[in-house]
Amino acid sequence: MTRKQRRASLVGLAVAVLGLAVFLVVYALRDTIVFFHTPKEVVEKQVPPGKRIRLGGLVAEGSLKRGTGLSVEFAITDTAKTIPVSYTGILPDLFREGQGVVAEGKLDASGRFQADYVLAKHDENYMPPEVAKSLKEQGLWQHTGKETKDRGQK
Amino acid sequence: MIVEFGHFALLLALAVALVQMVLPALGARTGDANLMRVGEPAALAQLWLLTTAFAALTYAYVTSDFSVENVWANSHTDKPLIYRISGVWGNHEGSMLLWVLILAVFGAAVAIFGANLPWTLRANVLAVQAAIAVAFLVFIVFASNPFTRIPLQPEGRGLNPILQDPALAIHPPLLYAGYVGLSMAFSFAVAALIEGRIDAAWARWVRPWTLAAWIFLTLGIAMGSWWAYYELGWGGWWFWDPVENASFMPWLAATALLHSAVVMEKREALKVWTILLAILAFSLSLIGTFLVRSGVLTSVHAFAVDPRRGVFILMILVVLIGGALALYARRAPYLRQGGLFAPISREGALVLNNVLLTVGCGTVFVGTLYPLALESITGDKISVGPPYFNSTFAPLMVPLLLALPLGPMLAWKRGDVPGALQRLLTAAVLSLLALVVTAALARRGPWLAPFAVALGVWVAAGAVCEWASRIKLFSASVEEALRRAANLPRSAYGGMLAHAGVGVMVIGIAATSAWQSEVVLTMKPGERAEIAGYELTFRDVSPRRGPNYQEQVGLLTVSQGGSAVTELHPSKRTYDAPRQTTSEAGIHAALSGDLYAVLGDEVAGSDGAWVIRLYFNPLVRLIWIGAIIMSLGGLLSLSDRRLRIGAPRRARRRPEAATVPAE
Repeated sequence: MTRKQRRASLVGLAVAVLGLAVFLVVYALRDTIVFFHTPKEVVEKQVPPGKRIRLGGLVAEGSLKRGTGLSVEFAITDTAKTIPVSYTGILPDLFREGQGVVAEGKLDASGRFQADYVLAKHDENYMPPEVAKSLKEQGLWQHTGKETKDRGQK
Repeated sequence: MIVEFGHFALLLALAVALVQMVLPALGARTGDANLMRVGEPAALAQLWLLTTAFAALTYAYVTSDFSVENVWANSHTDKPLIYRISGVWGNHEGSMLLWVLILAVFGAAVAIFGANLPWTLRANVLAVQAAIAVAFLVFIVFASNPFTRIPLQPEGRGLNPILQDPALAIHPPLLYAGYVGLSMAFSFAVAALIEGRIDAAWARWVRPWTLAAWIFLTLGIAMGSWWAYYELGWGGWWFWDPVENASFMPWLAATALLHSAVVMEKREALKVWTILLAILAFSLSLIGTFLVRSGVLTSVHAFAVDPRRGVFILMILVVLIGGALALYARRAPYLRQGGLFAPISREGALVLNNVLLTVGCGTVFVGTLYPLALESITGDKISVGPPYFNSTFAPLMVPLLLALPLGPMLAWKRGDVPGALQRLLTAAVLSLLALVVTAALARRGPWLAPFAVALGVWVAAGAVCEWASRIKLFSASVEEALRRAANLPRSAYGGMLAHAGVGVMVIGIAATSAWQSEVVLTMKPGERAEIAGYELTFRDVSPRRGPNYQEQVGLLTVSQGGSAVTELHPSKRTYDAPRQTTSEAGIHAALSGDLYAVLGDEVAGSDGAWVIRLYFNPLVRLIWIGAIIMSLGGLLSLSDRRLRIGAPRRARRRPEAATVPAE
């Protein structure tokens, strides 16, 4: 092989791997990413039932109900709109009424959010930045503190 | 007073770094030995000054001086001494100070051990190191000053409880030693570009530093993963969290750099590429440092909270990375290219390694930064989670692992794949055997999992085959094999050990990802549950008082086949300050798999029933054991005479030593 051919084979290898990676990335970015919405956006943008999203807001005061076994119901609110949520499993340590929460899952046909994964991020004065931002936009929130992270899984 | 002294030392260190950045480089340019000589004392002075500054801040933490804002915001008098000390780097400002301190340690190491480096190269390396230090010191002094005073407060706000843990006390220093260690490769690369000259000796110099950084990174990442495993109570060991990715990307780049530096040292090929990798590896370290500590990961809007800090960070990234890449673009085309090789050869295999590692690193980079980019452009908020990484990064690692045992078996310049495969026959057979056995045993889980286990066995057994073939274990007499085993250089043993570690880790990853069992249930005292052949009985939950927390400790007795095995004590802690709850998993660790219990909430209205989550994580220990084996391989290689820091030439006596009979 000449020097040129050798170089061409190396470049070919690099291009092939890079092409494969680009294909995988584009494919994965289309299928695996999850959009974040506040309850208000869910209503306004008419997020279709069955689409996987992250729903973020505050746990509405007085909404937490423990059912039989491990099932729980609560509601997520951004003060403008409120969406009821069902979840089965252990809630994260940091889960509290009135605190920030992010739930991942799908809306069912009745408009109830079926979460299969709940994420609470806060300390005494922390809430998820997305929530803080949307509350800020509504003029209801001023502070962001340092963060910790916690999540519950099914 | 001591705090002011530390603050003053910090400012003085900045002044010294400025001098060290300018004078030696000027000297190297004009050939003025006196100017070049400024580098060493300046590097040592920086080390002393920054040690003083760091000690002063530590003093403020230990004595709980709440008139220092940083101490007030991150410490508390209740904290045990070790966490008051680790609190120094448990926050943005303090961790930046630790970062420059480690940088100064590496700079001083060049000054002390670099006596036999070419004069101009040493001067330029020290100047580049100083330039990095200047950037960070300016950032610390003007945008992240840990010595800022406030009116004396009665009590501190406390350290985040999940950071109050022994593993997390040493995790950041390890990781930073890795990040900053890569600055050496960067400084050498930039210095070589400034000089416009680069040769095999350069690679010999850069390899030990990169190797040391790589060992620190490997251990640091493994430590972080282990901590996340037992502290967060999610039963997992890696979450593709941006914070994890931030440390994983430099590791991938450093791994690629280690391998390409071998080609450069042995064959004088891939020079231009190696230089680029050295620049990229450190750039990723810089990005990692800032991603984690600046808050940008939580949201791009965190920048808006403190715009000055954001602008500073962007400027540092642009100047250091952009500057180095610009210099690279100008000078790289003029570097003399070396050794020719066929695509199927050791060099070719190492190129494949580099391509797959860097492209894999690229997919992680895209997945980590895409949400940030999208949010700042369109305002859409998305999360990129494990599914993305599993379908991009993982497939790219498959060819890498398949080719891994082959690479070291190929000859330099022109290799022979059938021959190499022949010597790997045992590994192939073992791997097939593993495939059949795991597929037969596994009654559930993804069908790909047995293949992943087989891949791990292939890599681990391949390393053993390589050793056997290098010492002619079965083709020569036992004496001959022993003699060869004794004469094999330590760096060869290091490489094989590290590769075996990769294999062990892959087996652990495959097994625990595919066959983890999980049970979530409510249990009353006396009730039993079963998981993975273990029988657990829930006894009770009792309160206990820790140094700065109150906890509820559950008691589960574990038996297997009727005989008692162990007790698990999962607990829920509520810290006094900040008032926050954490879960401490109860773990029974065994090589075959971990039994892992997490205490949930007490079920309201029931008498003493608690929610309990149980996991069985098969072979999960292999993940960290694999990482430790990899690091040991690195250490062994680092201890090789040829690579020892400061040894300028290959040990000349080696060929003669090899001819002396072992008897």
